[in-house]
Amino acid sequence: MTARAQALTLYESLLLIRRAEEKIQAHYAEDDMKTPVHLYIGQEAVAAGVVNGLDPADPIVGTYRSHGIYLARTDDPEGFFAELYGRVGGPAKGKAGSMHMARPQDGLFLTSAVVATTIPVALGLAFTQQYRKTGRSVAAFFGDGAMDEGVFWESLNFACLKRLPVLFVCEDNGLAIHTPSVARRGYKSVADAVGGFDCHFVESESTDPAEISDLTRDALARQREDGRPVFMRLRCYRYVEHVGPREDRDFHLGYRREEEFEYWRARDPVRCQRERLIKLGVPEAEVAALETKIDERLSRCVAEAQKAPFPEPEELHRDVLA
Amino acid sequence: MSQLSYREAVNGALIQEMERDDRVFVYGCDVADHKRIYGSTTDLVERFGPERCFSTPISEDAMTGMGLGAAISGLRPIHVHIRVDFLLLAMNQLANMISTARYMSGGDLSVPMVIRAVVGRGWGQSAQHSKSLHSVFAHLPGIRVVAPTTPNDVKGLMSAAIRDDNPVVMLEHRWLYDTVGEVDEGDAVVPLGKARVVRAGTDLTIVATSWMVVEALRAADLLAERGVSVEVIDPRTLAPLDEESIVASVQKTRHCIVADNDWSFCGFGAEVAAMVSERCFGQLGAAVSRVGWAFVPCPTTRCLENEFYPNANDLVRAAERSLGLDAMDLSGFDFYTYENRFKGPF
Ligand SMILES: Cc1ncc(C[n+]2csc(CCOP(=O)(O)OP(=O)(O)O)c2C)c(N)n1
Ligand SMILES: [Mg+2]
Repeated sequence: MTARAQALTLYESLLLIRRAEEKIQAHYAEDDMKTPVHLYIGQEAVAAGVVNGLDPADPIVGTYRSHGIYLARTDDPEGFFAELYGRVGGPAKGKAGSMHMARPQDGLFLTSAVVATTIPVALGLAFTQQYRKTGRSVAAFFGDGAMDEGVFWESLNFACLKRLPVLFVCEDNGLAIHTPSVARRGYKSVADAVGGFDCHFVESESTDPAEISDLTRDALARQREDGRPVFMRLRCYRYVEHVGPREDRDFHLGYRREEEFEYWRARDPVRCQRERLIKLGVPEAEVAALETKIDERLSRCVAEAQKAPFPEPEELHRDVLA
Repeated sequence: MSQLSYREAVNGALIQEMERDDRVFVYGCDVADHKRIYGSTTDLVERFGPERCFSTPISEDAMTGMGLGAAISGLRPIHVHIRVDFLLLAMNQLANMISTARYMSGGDLSVPMVIRAVVGRGWGQSAQHSKSLHSVFAHLPGIRVVAPTTPNDVKGLMSAAIRDDNPVVMLEHRWLYDTVGEVDEGDAVVPLGKARVVRAGTDLTIVATSWMVVEALRAADLLAERGVSVEVIDPRTLAPLDEESIVASVQKTRHCIVADNDWSFCGFGAEVAAMVSERCFGQLGAAVSRVGWAFVPCPTTRCLENEFYPNANDLVRAAERSLGLDAMDLSGFDFYTYENRFKGPF
């Protein structure tokens, strides 16, 4: 793929996530999306970049903050909005909602609202790949808060021990709800703590999805070469409150600082990618046309979800067991 | 007497007990952030300092074990979970350690620890933020389980739990946080292990837990319109259970429904049904029946959530079956009034 085509693809991915969540912000107060939303606005380069760097068949697991990986992997905003609106057309027929958005058919197996709980599941998915010699790697997305849990360290240990093809993707936005990582960590740095494990370690605070995609691809190549799993600490910043649609500018409360907000805002992944496109010589009209296409598609998704049918009452009892 | 919300009552009890006893401390994820667990831990850091109220890393298992260690060496920890679902990560400490420490030490150790956990519901809380789990905890010998439903009960029972020398799991339903009621002044303690007759009646007993007490009272109002007199009993403490209050009521009414804020299968309702059947067998006018959640994981979408949770409507129907009455017309009634007050987040 040419640099130009790659840049366009990544812009489309970023923008789809950003605009989809802006739709949520615009409609949430109407009280029809009855599902707690943990928005990703500000962090998009991580999902867009890592998912782009993975093979489309590489399995993924994530957290309750998974709108980004869902849209980056599935290209299914239709199902996404149907799920948010609790309609039968959603991937889980409305039973999952925002916090459990997943689509196994696209390799996005599970997302969970209990911190760190999908990390060990990635081990099992990776074990299957190893067992069946598929050559695929498994990406486990989790927040910095998940590193507080014992199960994270147990999982990292086991993956290193067994040389499982796992990509641990720590989306480090520096906060667990309102508690900054410095108030939760007894270790000197993530690099120090993870550094003792027999894995590849990658660290970045880039908001450029191409850079993150390259980091992912390189790391996977090294993982395939020597079998050692990969730990990626990708620093990022969420502009919105932990849960809910509001932008979080509660600087007076002390858990985040305005300078930090502005620092990240100045490197906003979506705007910077747009600037990159223009610099690469993509005509303004072409970029605008892409934006309009995405906006129109998302508006259609919302409008269709709003009038789509709800599941029938019998759906309640379906799919408890196979 | 003063009018307090449930959250204020929880907060009041914590402040009162921390003032009274400097061995008491409060810890857990986010107890000291500005939201203060829905306001229930408000002012604790300001009054008692960061040594006695502090947020922790997200490490439920280790933090629970740490509570045990503090409790057996002279302190009185209160560990807080914003959802009871997260307490499952601490199940080993609870089931293998905390509940057995006294017994396995031949009575040398005691574990004066309170574990507060919020039960979620509604607005798409879904399968991982809505469990109640009281039967799971009550199944374990060596732990007390409390689920207060009114501001007065939560204040008095919280105080009792903190003063008790045993581990107590205190379950607080999210929807109850906004309810307001009269609360006794001073350090009035509500004893553990005592049920409360919430409403007296003569025809049918509804033993209701947690949020289902609210639904039971609504059902009692509806049934009163057709001349059925319902007695509503809130056990308040689920373990140990106040069997005598339940038995006395059923001996009077001869009919019993258990309305449990949980799945029925292998649950608290089965325990009450068995106990009532054993102790009131000859006097029962009908088999004890249970009303609980649909036996599926809690779905997100509202239309299925409404099917998942039983309400006053279901209790009226269960009562009619128990008493052999025709179904009354309930078409004009709205059963989801409280839900409009809860729009998340969380
Ligand atoms: C086991 C567990 N404990 C506590 C919580 C409550 N909780 C929800 S999100 C969260 C913070 C997680 O932060 P992080 O992992 O950094 O993810 P982020 O929200 O920043 O994406 C906490 C403590 C939970 N969901 N699961
Ligand atoms: Mg975080």
